[in-house]
Amino acid sequence: MPSLELNDVGKAYGAVPVLDGVSLAMEGREFVAFLGPSGSGKSTLLRIIAGLETADRGEVWLEGRRIDMLPPGERGVAMVFQHYALYPHMTVFENMAFGLRNAGVLREEIAARVGEAARVLEIESQLEKKPGQLSGGQRQRVAIGRAIVKQPRLFLLDEPLSNLDAALRMRTRVELAQLRQRVDAAVIMVTHDQAEAMTLADRIVVMADRRIQQVGTPMDIYARPANSFVARFVGSPAMTLAPVTLLDGEGAHARVRLADGAEIQTRVPRGSLDPGAAHDIGLRPEHVHVVATDAATLTAKADLVERLGDRTFVYARLGGDLPITAEDAGDSRVRIGDTIGLRIDGAAAHLFAANGTAHHAEAAG
Amino acid sequence: MADARARRLAGIAFVAPFLTLYVVILVCPLLMGIGISLHRADLFGARTFVGFDNYARLLVDPVFHQAIGNTLLLTLMIVPALTAITLGLALALNRGTVAAAWLRGLFFSSSVLSVTIVTLIWRFILTPDAGLVAEILEASGRAPIPFLSDPDLTIPALAITTIWWSIGLPMMLFLAGLQQIPQDIYEAAALDKAGAWTRFRRITLPSLRRTLILVVMLQTAAQLQLFGQAQLLTAGGPSGASRPMVLFIYEVAFVRWELGYASAAAEILFMLVLAATLLQYWAVRPREDQ
Repeated sequence: MPSLELNDVGKAYGAVPVLDGVSLAMEGREFVAFLGPSGSGKSTLLRIIAGLETADRGEVWLEGRRIDMLPPGERGVAMVFQHYALYPHMTVFENMAFGLRNAGVLREEIAARVGEAARVLEIESQLEKKPGQLSGGQRQRVAIGRAIVKQPRLFLLDEPLSNLDAALRMRTRVELAQLRQRVDAAVIMVTHDQAEAMTLADRIVVMADRRIQQVGTPMDIYARPANSFVARFVGSPAMTLAPVTLLDGEGAHARVRLADGAEIQTRVPRGSLDPGAAHDIGLRPEHVHVVATDAATLTAKADLVERLGDRTFVYARLGGDLPITAEDAGDSRVRIGDTIGLRIDGAAAHLFAANGTAHHAEAAG
Repeated sequence: MADARARRLAGIAFVAPFLTLYVVILVCPLLMGIGISLHRADLFGARTFVGFDNYARLLVDPVFHQAIGNTLLLTLMIVPALTAITLGLALALNRGTVAAAWLRGLFFSSSVLSVTIVTLIWRFILTPDAGLVAEILEASGRAPIPFLSDPDLTIPALAITTIWWSIGLPMMLFLAGLQQIPQDIYEAAALDKAGAWTRFRRITLPSLRRTLILVVMLQTAAQLQLFGQAQLLTAGGPSGASRPMVLFIYEVAFVRWELGYASAAAEILFMLVLAATLLQYWAVRPREDQ
């Protein structure tokens, strides 16, 4: 059964549009991440689904029921707020029980559900405390517990990890992944952190400029970005984009020339490209290797060397001042200011038309 | 060690001006008042030590008893009503519209008036001969109500006047309290299916608990010392029916010139206000979160 469906949802604050006709369909029990920069409309979309904002147009359906006209409490959704939004004067138990009491759930049933959630989240010993007495991580668990006990059809997580320190964030990420296996509901998570989205989500909805840029599995989004925005936004370090000229030729795949004269043979089908138009080539760091200058496709000057231990990223400049990011071995000897040789794995390159539309390499074989 | 000593001296030097002022204008008069209350004294300096005689006389003075009763009744009529009305206004006006801003200013404006003006306004409204209420009643063919001379109506008339005058500050305190409540709690409550009444009772009211206690205690302390309105509107009459404690103290001291007796009454009032203040600590302390 389909879970959430958004049909052409639009919203503006006065004259400022924030969402332009967003449509999306989710599977039952699917975990979807809304990923995008600040101001992309992802939080507004989440709040429209929750009923905390009203859309100007469009429809929201959840499991075959139209919910955009219903008050938030009637929609069958539960939300974990970015700052947790726990009730400060209620105990942890009361925080979790509040929604159930309002829904008229029986006392024994409330105790059972809260007890079970507290056990799963390991906050049983905190039930009589007030939120002010808890650490950030514990509050986060209470906020999750408050959502779980309602047994919603859809969980909405608003930047759930952004208030935690790095170590706790990793741990909570793992726990969210485990939790997700246990609950029988779909999950939407809003985040601006691509690592969270990549590791947790079944599918990622990349949002920018008030609309959905691409919907796909994490690997889809990474390997076949729909446009230059997605290509640059997903992946760290970001994909290098550099202007190229298409070369005339006979082969099925496009051959391009960079501004400094170096030529790259891609596996992007020539037929899909407009021969006269300007294009950008897109290269992930792992497809640009540092090599000896005599074996190189092109040479560059190292601006910054980032040693991660298992590998090294080299941020360099090509002739014509074009920035490019390359990968090297963990024990790389490149130093800032060195002239380095780069070998480009043209078969993995992407080409982007001037309007941003992506053209991908054909699978080999 | 010398360093620590110098720092302490510097600290004392900083608080000394305020401390001196505090001692001279608050602590000294308080102690002197206690001293005077143990004497038979007049305004010209004649003093005879009488021990607790003044207090013993107060205990059996029916006029003083009436004044205490009036004061407590006024406080009971004013404080709960004022608290409820100002909380209601704050809830209604806690929004960003232009109309709400105007109304906040309007409701606050009565607080800037002096007690003389307030009393004048309410005299125009309440007086049975050609007052606003009387005119309205007469227009509908009914007899005017003698608010300022009927012993059963003078206290309510004083209470209404005082409430009207005092709305501003508690309303502002409640508005400030409301704006401290994070909005996302209300959003969580909306998702938790809480209706308007539940939201008010389980979220707004507990979040305003400190403000609520502050308002009740400030108003209790203020209304126990109610004076100007009573003196100007009814002069405590008829026959003491609306005479509060401070008016009693004033009359004893400056009309009958019995300074010692008035000081004793003032000390009892002081104890009452102190008790109300201590009640605040008692109400806040035990349930304080760690």
